[in-house]
Amino acid sequence: MPMSPRKRAQAFRGVQYGILVLALAAVAFLADWETLGNAFFNLDAMATQFPGIITTALINTIIYTGLGFALGLAVGLVLALMKLSSVAPYRWIATVYIEFFRGVPALLVFIALGFGVPLAFQIQFDTYSTAAIALGLVGSAYIAETLRAGIQAVPKGQVEAARSLGMAQSRATFTVVIPQAFRIILPPLTNELILLTKDSSLIYLLGLLGTEYELAKFGREGMNATNSMSPILLAGLCYLLITVPLGYLSRYLERRAGRKRDEGLEVTA
Amino acid sequence: MSADTGDAQSGGPIVEITGLHKAFGMLEVLKGIDVTVERGEVVCIIGPSGSGKSTLLRCVNVLEEPNSGSVVVNGFELTDPDVDIDRARRSIGMVFQGFNLFGHLSVLDNLTVAQRKVLKRDAAEAERIARENLDKVGLAEKAGAMPEQLSGGQQQRVAIARALSMQPAVMLFDEPTSALDPELVGDVLGVMRQLADEGMTMLVVTHEMQFAREVADKVLFMDGGVVVESGHPSKVIADPAEDRTKTFLSRVLNPVHASETTD
Ligand SMILES: Nc1ncnc2c1ncn2[C@@H]1O[C@H](COP(=O)(O)OP(=O)(O)OP(=O)(O)O)[C@@H](O)[C@H]1O
Ligand SMILES: [Mg+2]
Repeated sequence: MPMSPRKRAQAFRGVQYGILVLALAAVAFLADWETLGNAFFNLDAMATQFPGIITTALINTIIYTGLGFALGLAVGLVLALMKLSSVAPYRWIATVYIEFFRGVPALLVFIALGFGVPLAFQIQFDTYSTAAIALGLVGSAYIAETLRAGIQAVPKGQVEAARSLGMAQSRATFTVVIPQAFRIILPPLTNELILLTKDSSLIYLLGLLGTEYELAKFGREGMNATNSMSPILLAGLCYLLITVPLGYLSRYLERRAGRKRDEGLEVTA
Repeated sequence: MSADTGDAQSGGPIVEITGLHKAFGMLEVLKGIDVTVERGEVVCIIGPSGSGKSTLLRCVNVLEEPNSGSVVVNGFELTDPDVDIDRARRSIGMVFQGFNLFGHLSVLDNLTVAQRKVLKRDAAEAERIARENLDKVGLAEKAGAMPEQLSGGQQQRVAIARALSMQPAVMLFDEPTSALDPELVGDVLGVMRQLADEGMTMLVVTHEMQFAREVADKVLFMDGGVVVESGHPSKVIADPAEDRTKTFLSRVLNPVHASETTD
């Protein structure tokens, strides 16, 4: 006898719970908890990481990411405006740049900046500048695309209203379009900040002094020093300390933007 | 009007359009339009959808670039490539069908932003003029509101106040009440009527025949990219000479009946 759709849905849900329980049981019985505990949850090894993991590593990760994001935002804005320019060569340059840095692994960008550029031009930036430039290059490609979409999502009537009040094109762009584009893209922009936070773990490639360690490098040094995996787990938790609140912020902004839109529709409908 | 709004010509007509042509690609939308608007006059443009009314209005502040012909507004030859179009637009207020209030700014900031950034008025002066105009459209208490918190009719009145805050020499309206619920139309038309009474020069694209009949000094009937008939509303609306005008008016004034007989 065929099952009714509702019965079928119920049975399917039951199967899903069953799979979950089996998977958890397998992990619980098969994993070597004792070894795992010693390797990853060694509290003594973790304790040795403080306070450096916060005062040096976490702070440095935030600084590198913040600098990179700021630069990425500035370059991304220029690229987005170039991509929307009526001058074709600007559009081409922006397209090539975006496709390149979006497609190339961040790892290669760090290697190129850390070793290629100093060799080619006989210049050596300090770590913070190099890290900011590398993260900025990687971030700007994504940010540019997000910004372009945001700018294009601002209704054309906004520019027309601004122009009809005597604003020049550039003034209309900066006082009317960009502020509204940012409101639209704040949630995806927060996601890019999260991705950049994780990309900052590649900074170790530049060769760091002890005071320049960020979380990933700090955790690995800790692993060597304590002969335990615990420090890297701790470093991972510190990443979550940054990214989880950002994720909440992103969802909050998304909800707020969504609500604003709905309210807007209600009153003008 | 102050001298710095570019009031180069104070005697003659405020809008003078001659031989205006505009095409979008192959589509010829305006096929030689001549319109004159005298200072203080209210001119209403009526006509079927797609006849080029919006395009004509948008050529008057060069939101659309004319292909040929000349458009002179308040002494600015707008079709002259050397004209400072941003400067010319200061004296041309425009009200859109979709309001187009700046969504990220409060009502007050909507009214002051161009005053400060374009006319370089100081904040206090800009705010004083803004509040004056909000008061005029009956929305003094909404200064702190965001546009999305207002009804369509209120938004449109704010948009009118925003344009007025630039103290323009002429106001353009493109179907200002077409996007509104019927019960909100009256407030907006009331504000426009009051503006007309105060002597504002107005060029209005509208489907509100009652308004055109009562307020306009001159009505233009457009069809197929040309002005078919123009003159006093008592002539064009009440007693049209052209068949095309008659057909259009019978459709607009009596839509149910017209759809039975004309299709
Ligand atoms: N930017 C544009 N690109 C291409 N065609 C356009 C553009 N703007 C208007 N048109 C076309 O020009 C013609 C006239 O349009 P216009 O908006 O001026 O008509 P209208 O008289 O204002 O009509 P409505 O009463 O529907 O607003 C229409 O066929 C329209 O499709
Ligand atoms: Mg129109």
